[in-house]
Amino acid sequence: MTDTVDDPVAGGKGPESAPPSSAAPGSVTTSEELMALTPDVADSLRDYLRAWWKRIRGGESGALPIIAGLIVICIFFDVQSSAFFTSANIVNLFVQATFIILLGMAELYALILSEIDLSVGFVGAVGAAIALALIGSPTNWPWWAGLIVGLAACLVIGAFQGAIITRLKIPSFVVTLAGLLGWQGVLIYVFDVDKGAVGGVISVSNGVIDDLVSGNMTPAAGWIVLVVAVGLFALATLLSTGRRRSQGLSAPPLGITVATIVAVAAAGIVLVFVCNLNRGVVTPLQGVPWVIPVLVVVVVAQSFMLARTRLGRYIYAIGASPEAARRAGIHVARVRTIAFALCSFVAGLAVVVYASRLGSLSVGFDGGTYVLYAVAAAVIGGASLFGGHGKPIHPVLGGLVIATLTNGLALLNISTAGTDIATAAVLLVAVAVDSTLRRRGRSGEA
Amino acid sequence: MTVDAPLLELRGVSKVFGAVQALNKVDLSVPAGKITALVGDNGAGKSVTIKTISGLWPPTEGQILWDGAPANIHSPNDAEALGITTIYQDLALCDNLDIVQNLFLGHEKLRHRLLDETAMEIEARQVLADLHVTTVRSIRQPVASLSGGQRQSVAVAKAVLSAAKLVIMDEPTAALGVAQTGQVLELIKRLSSQGTAVMVVSHNLVDVFAVADQISVLYLGRLVAQGPASDFDTQVVVEYMTTGQSTRATAPGVETP
Repeated sequence: MTDTVDDPVAGGKGPESAPPSSAAPGSVTTSEELMALTPDVADSLRDYLRAWWKRIRGGESGALPIIAGLIVICIFFDVQSSAFFTSANIVNLFVQATFIILLGMAELYALILSEIDLSVGFVGAVGAAIALALIGSPTNWPWWAGLIVGLAACLVIGAFQGAIITRLKIPSFVVTLAGLLGWQGVLIYVFDVDKGAVGGVISVSNGVIDDLVSGNMTPAAGWIVLVVAVGLFALATLLSTGRRRSQGLSAPPLGITVATIVAVAAAGIVLVFVCNLNRGVVTPLQGVPWVIPVLVVVVVAQSFMLARTRLGRYIYAIGASPEAARRAGIHVARVRTIAFALCSFVAGLAVVVYASRLGSLSVGFDGGTYVLYAVAAAVIGGASLFGGHGKPIHPVLGGLVIATLTNGLALLNISTAGTDIATAAVLLVAVAVDSTLRRRGRSGEA
Repeated sequence: MTVDAPLLELRGVSKVFGAVQALNKVDLSVPAGKITALVGDNGAGKSVTIKTISGLWPPTEGQILWDGAPANIHSPNDAEALGITTIYQDLALCDNLDIVQNLFLGHEKLRHRLLDETAMEIEARQVLADLHVTTVRSIRQPVASLSGGQRQSVAVAKAVLSAAKLVIMDEPTAALGVAQTGQVLELIKRLSSQGTAVMVVSHNLVDVFAVADQISVLYLGRLVAQGPASDFDTQVVVEYMTTGQSTRATAPGVETP
């Protein structure tokens, strides 16, 4: 590769250095020359940063605006309330956020497909209720068995709805609207049948399920898990860029890779450090809540599935153009059905986390409102309502924004009404910023 | 016959929709490794012909021969299995996916059951280089950011990757400007020089004469002229397209009933 020779030339001509004279159709061009025409993925640090800046200005700003927004919101609450940036509150905030994040990650499958699933709240609740009922008395199943059956029920429900949507060609909005009503009925039915339910409430009777949110890792375990996780991340990143480079493909410069790893490590260290501070009022309370590593595992698994498997690739393809996917030989109906099943599966996980945090699941579970928060989390975080775009990190960021608003406004003694209005405003601002940046990018491209 | 055996041959192919005779005993032959232009006015049956060949609308009567042997093309999959790829005007690309992802859509390379991006990128780069597609900024940019000509290039590269023996292109230059039209015509020539037969359906006679080795003219569902491009000129083709016959030339293979 001749990037060292090309560098000064490209630098002198600025970002518009793309095709100099090789555009003449007859000229003999080698793959080497093709490489030279790719300033977006240049190998030197300076070129890389310039290409990155160009992409941002071109509207591909990614998660930056929402991270900036989150920081601004945090600073605002820190100024307004001394209780905001305390160890206890930050950990609480993360724990509050996990439910909406997971529900948003469930909804993400439907959003990428350019569909919507209005039933995620109640479908998840049905699965969680089945799991909790089986684990509780009188059946007293082991926690894992109950969880498997509950989540399997979610998979079946999702596949059923997906099959109706794809085979009968009924819009997902209608099918899942029916689901929103119908599965609430089924939820009530499960509570009626379960002999362990008292007064419309199934308690979390199992230690493991309860500890999911209420239990903490020991501080030492938190550090060990962090070291292992960051180590794996570093290894995977270095191996993949190394493989690309050894095959002669452009890869981010080593400096960028190292910087990314350092940033991830730093974020992890801050998180574990904050969680490991003693936040107990009477008795000592410290350590990372179990739900955080669980959430990280789910986010990594979903990201991996969407980015590295055929199924994930097909979900994105169908979201952008079902016709193109069909002509490429993709079994569109099957992929969409699987995606709806996965959507319901993750929803089941989300409601189990919800029940674990509250210590119980009530028949009054407001699945209708939560699904709207789930959509809001995904969209605030940067997923598109128009299909084809969205990554698991988007509901994570969007869920954090919503939880931060709820948490901070509660600290300021602002009513639920105020919180709802603020969340609505943030949703609109997030979408407006996103579409403005994209539009600017598109007109700049032409 | 053995020397000049066409890659694809339609013999007496008719297609009837209710009372409408869309194709009437069409005898079309597409030679291997050459560029065939299929021309005709609106409603002449160009679209029906390519949809018949690509398996969307099987013929009402007549025979399709592939490599000299009768072929059953009843679905797009049948056509694809033979090595016929059709590029429609909408190109069937996913805007959100990048060039490499689009090129391999439906045929991804796997390594340990996971997508092998490295191998796909290397092969994609090679295919684009072979087709002399050099104007793209990066093969990892989303297809949405490409120009019309570049998108056409990606669609053609996709056909090459699928090892197509015959690539049918429906109005490939209809939506393009002058420079991009030039690029696409260049691309069509390159494709043919690699040994792939290309059938271009077009209105634009300037483009047709720029690339075609053979010209076939349809008029109201009938094939009225077919022969080497050198036997035609624009005026003759226009006459065939608009009246079904020519007062001047008698190109070989012309059948005027």
